[in-house]
Amino acid sequence: MSLTEKDKATVKTFWDLASKRRDLIGSEALSRMIYVYPQTKTYFSHWKDLSLGSAPIKKHGKVIMAGVGEAIGQIDNLTGGLVGLSELHAFTLRVDPSNFKVLGHCILVVMAMLFPTEFTPEVHVCVDKFLAALTLAISDKYR
Amino acid sequence: MVVWTDQERAAISGIMGGLVYEDDGPKALCRCLIVYPWTQRYFGAFGNLYNAEAIKNNPQIAAHGTKILHGLDRALKNMDSIKETYAELSILHSEKLHVDPDNFKLLADCLTIVIAAKMGSSFNPDIQASWQKFLSVVVSALGRQYH
Repeated sequence: MSLTEKDKATVKTFWDLASKRRDLIGSEALSRMIYVYPQTKTYFSHWKDLSLGSAPIKKHGKVIMAGVGEAIGQIDNLTGGLVGLSELHAFTLRVDPSNFKVLGHCILVVMAMLFPTEFTPEVHVCVDKFLAALTLAISDKYR
Repeated sequence: MVVWTDQERAAISGIMGGLVYEDDGPKALCRCLIVYPWTQRYFGAFGNLYNAEAIKNNPQIAAHGTKILHGLDRALKNMDSIKETYAELSILHSEKLHVDPDNFKLLADCLTIVIAAKMGSSFNPDIQASWQKFLSVVVSALGRQYH
């Protein structure tokens, strides 16, 4: 399921549009992940406020979407380009990789909500493939 | 037995009540066949599925998408006994249709995306949680009779 040149082009074009609302996407996706999949709360026990759209969630949503943006810049070599991020998640954060899928799903839901016309099935498949490739790259250093 | 709060019941029936089965069903099934192309394996007899346009214009796929939502309607009308309501459907999908039950989750996710696109910001996290709980019970019930 590797990214074709067409996939990459589709992802970049959609990101040109979506990145204008990256902060909202980050905050909404993270809020939903924590709310809809309560097991993910275990990674955020150090935050005082886990309510929807709280300050720590907004802040961290931005961090996550900055990572997504960086990944799009490295789309031709995700594993090589995201070594630092992978090491962070593998050795420091130690997030179980199944959670990346769950966050990915929430990102897709928010994209559909915010861009119902542009988030066609053809765009959806490319973005889904990209998020899967991103997940692989972040999980690369785990073992 | 699954316990549903009044809020959850309201959210789920609200969503189902807002769906147009003949439109949203086909949209969800088409999205599934395009985003997860291996699911096309179950539709060999449905004619032209060669590309996204063909899938979207295929009348048999449209009819089947509608049928799926009518099936989901049965779960809505029997929310306190979804397992029992779907026992026969589960056997059908296992023994006659030979559908890998992992596919149910893929279709469920695509339906959620279609609903999110339709409802926009009113598809808030509360409602999403209730809706996904409903779908996970449905998916579990459909997979239950496999052996």
